[in-house]
This record gives sequence, structure tokens and C-alpha cells, in this order.
Amino acid sequence: MIHPIPSGTRDVLPQETGEVRAITDTLRGVFDRHKYGEIYTPALEYESVLARADMAEARPAYRVFDETGTVLMLRSDMTAPIARVVATRYADSEVPLRFCYFAHTYRGVRPQRGQLREMLQAGIELIGAPAPEGTAEALTVLCDSLQAVGLKDFRIGVGDASLFPALMESLQVSEDHRGGLLEALVRRNFVALEHRLHEAGVSGEAAELLLEVPQRRGGPELLTDAPAPAVEAVTGMRRVYELLEENVAARVIFDLGLVRNIDYYTGAVFEVYDPALGAPIGGGGRYDDLLGRFGRSLPAVGFALYVDSLHQALAGEERGTGALAELRSVASTGEPR
Amino acid sequence: MSTANGLTIAVPRGALFEGTVELLSSLGIDTGELRTNDRKLLFEDIGVVTMRPSDVPTYVEAGAADIGVTGKDVLLEQLAHAGGGASQSTGRDVYELLDLGFGRCTMVLASKAGPDPALESLRRLGVMRVATKYPRIAARYLEETGRQGEIVEVKGSVELAPLTGMVEAIVDLTATGTTLRENNLVVREELMVCTARLIANPVAHKLKAARIDELLERLRGLPAAGKA
Repeated sequence: MIHPIPSGTRDVLPQETGEVRAITDTLRGVFDRHKYGEIYTPALEYESVLARADMAEARPAYRVFDETGTVLMLRSDMTAPIARVVATRYADSEVPLRFCYFAHTYRGVRPQRGQLREMLQAGIELIGAPAPEGTAEALTVLCDSLQAVGLKDFRIGVGDASLFPALMESLQVSEDHRGGLLEALVRRNFVALEHRLHEAGVSGEAAELLLEVPQRRGGPELLTDAPAPAVEAVTGMRRVYELLEENVAARVIFDLGLVRNIDYYTGAVFEVYDPALGAPIGGGGRYDDLLGRFGRSLPAVGFALYVDSLHQALAGEERGTGALAELRSVASTGEPR
Repeated sequence: MSTANGLTIAVPRGALFEGTVELLSSLGIDTGELRTNDRKLLFEDIGVVTMRPSDVPTYVEAGAADIGVTGKDVLLEQLAHAGGGASQSTGRDVYELLDLGFGRCTMVLASKAGPDPALESLRRLGVMRVATKYPRIAARYLEETGRQGEIVEVKGSVELAPLTGMVEAIVDLTATGTTLRENNLVVREELMVCTARLIANPVAHKLKAARIDELLERLRGLPAAGKA
């Protein structure tokens, strides 16, 4: 008998479990060395509680009623649940607090895109540690983690969620248009961004800046000649960069247009890339307002690695990297990956 | 220079092929074999893979190609349709970098010449049947303009659908309007203008930033691009 399971989910059988376990055990060792305590939280939470987090595109997709008619949700990340735990169980504790987790999270998927409905995330949250030190620590743990699992060619993209809003503010873009412009940037639709700038009546040097600055990406040289409105965000990035050890700094790519599709980020944002995979294998950033929404206002930073993507990237690196190399191997063996 | 500086480019066969090949040529890429061999799919020497236009975003999203050329119509059709006026920004995870300006077409709503049968259907039956190869674009457009539509998806020769009475109207892409006229159809509404777009994989956009930017720079310098 064949009994199907929902798309975007899967059974993990012993061979794969062994490989995934090797990754998570290594990560657990790194998190432990950096003094992050592992926690578990329920996969089901009250909708009314998680709604405080305001997660934009990553918002929870699955809701059920419990026996009293209350709406429960399957968590879509671990940052919001940990913010809840801190406000509830660590209301008076000394900071910084360091937590790590290995947990399944649940998101809606678009059909036939290989997206995961149920995704294993491994990550940390560093609560009560402001920028730049906290950010530098999170980046260091992230880099140590990726190196420890043996990923060779990864890079960490670092941007700042406050940069583009600050640019719009200081260039006096009307508030009605800011949402639409930011949305175009989140999708990196630079054609739409240009059209919308035109619609918003932004022209000349202002339009040029709003279109050109978010396309800047590269090494630390990017942080030296930022236009005036971006100076604050860029200075913040430089302070973080100055605190990084050489092995971490060498992995960083600055990306002035990096915006993640989750609204709670306030400062530095990161994404992890590897040439063996066409999509990020992890991400994170600062969320200095989120804890306050749950009742204990503290600056915080964290990241999550998508364990299955990390596994795929490791396997991809073993086979030889690069898109065309990938195509050749498919053509010659007849086997898809 | 024989390759697009180490980038893999997804090139669409079909209506946008000519324009794309021309673009590659003007970048100094040797497109001789690309022009003459229409069965080959993979041109490793020049970093080109060819496919139908609607597959370009798929390959670029997966990172099998770093960048690609496809029509705005394809990108819009692949936006997930979220009904009820919900925000619907979830298209392919690809970056749209440049309006290349060529392949200019208009997405139109057309129906048989004479009194508009779509209007009559809407008035008397409260709904209009619309045949299209672009079911999501058509559904979104009807919803946005407050009309109830029944979308009939067809795979080819959309013009046939209203002529046989299967539907009252069509939504289709037209460059010159000749095919519509020959089939006694008239354009009732223009939905949008579509041109070729340069798209990029999000990871390639970071890891191959310098190479992609250099390509963009050179494309912007060409007469056609960005002027649409």
C-alpha cells in the first residue's frame, strides 16, 4: 500500500538521519562551546501570542482550533517563541542570555518549487547584547558553525535593515510610497523600484541614490564612501566588521540592499550563501524591538541555519561546485540531484 | 571575449531568442553556433543554456543558471495568485535587474468585432468567459477591475476560442495585432506592456556580484536597454 504525505514534508530514513545527525551534533558542539543553552518550545502556540511578532512573508501558515475553540498556530520560526520564553520565564534574569535550538518550523509553500513545509532549523538567539559586540558574536558563532560542519566556499552576506528606510526618510520620499518601494527592494525587483520611484515623483540625484545604493555589494571598501543618509547604518556595519576575527571577516560580503522578508529586523541582517546552492542556507539579524513587544525590552540578535539546505550544500560541494558543473554531471550520468 | 565572463546565461528560444542573441553578440560573445544549431541545449563554451521562455525563471531560481532573459509576461504569470485582494508579491525568487527593452508586446483583452459579446455576457449572465494562455494574469486583471470571469486555459491559438463561441473574450499577448485582426477580433482593453527582462539568481547576485555588475554596466551602455 502507498500512503502519501504532504508535499514539502518527508520521512527521514536511517541513511539520511545519520548524515543529518553528523551535522547537528557538530553544530551542537559549537553552540555549546560558545555557551548557548539548548531549549525546546512547543510546535503549537497561541495565535494571539505569536501574532505579536509580525513576521510578514514568513508568518505562520497553519492554524487549528483546540477543544475550547481557541486558535493555535504551528510556529514558523524559533525567534518569536524564544522572545516569548524570555519575557515569561526570564523576566528578571541578568543578561545577556544565550539560547540555541534544533527545531522544526512550519511555513506555507508554493507548489512545485521544492520548498519545505516542515523545515529543521538550527540556530542561536543572543538576548540583551547590543550592537556591535552582540552582532559580531553572532557572526562569529555562525562562521564557526559552518566551518565546523566542513562547508568550504560559504559566504555571509551582511546588510542593515535600517539603511533603505533611512535613505527614504532623509531624501523625503512621501510616506505613502515608502511601503511600495521597500517591497520592490525586498524582491530585488530593480525594474519595479525604478518605475515606483518615478511614480513617487522622486527624480534626479535622490532617485539615483535610492536605485544605486542598494545594488552595492562587495568587501569592506564599500563602507568607506557611503552617501550621507546611509552613514549611520554603514558606520554600524563597520564597527561590527572591526570586531571580527580575520577568519570571520574573510567570509563577509557587504550588501547594502539586503533586506529580509521578515519585519522584525531592526539593524544588521545576514544571509548565508554557498555556490553549491541557488538559495540561502540560513539567515538572521538584529531584532532590537521584538522582545519589547513581548514585554521585556532588550536588544537581541540571532541566526537560523536551514539544516536540510546545509546538507544539500555540503553534498553539492562534494560533487563539485558551480551551476554548469552541475549541469554537466546531470548530463553525463543521467541522474538528477 | 568568448564567454559572458564566467556566468551561465539562460537564453529563451522563441520570440525573444533573436533579441537575446543579438544582445550577446553585442557583448562580444561568439553566437555563431547558437544561431545555427537549434537542437543543442547546452553551449558550454559561451556559458549559455537554451530553453522555452517560461522555463527561464525556473532554472535561474534554482541556480542552474546565474542570469537569464525572459518576458515580463512570464514573470507576471508566475506570480502566485492570491485572491481577495490579498497582497501577492510571491513570484519566483529571482531578482529582476534590467528592462532590456526589446520583445515589446501588449497584453490585451480582445473579443469579436461588433457589439462586445463580453459586455453582453456580463450584463445578462453576470460573468464573462475568457480564454487565455495566462490564467493568473487574466484572473488577477478581472478581479482587480471588479468583473466576474470564468477563465478557460488553452495551450495554443487562443483566437479560436471566441470564434467557436466557447468564450466571449481572450487575454493574450500581441505585438502587432495582425493575428487578432485576421481573426476578426478587436482589442477592447490593454492590460500592460511587456518587454524582455534580465533576471538573476539571488545567490549568484551576491557571490558573482562583480561579474553581474560588469555585465549590467555594459548592457546599460547599449542603445536598446532600459529605454522601454
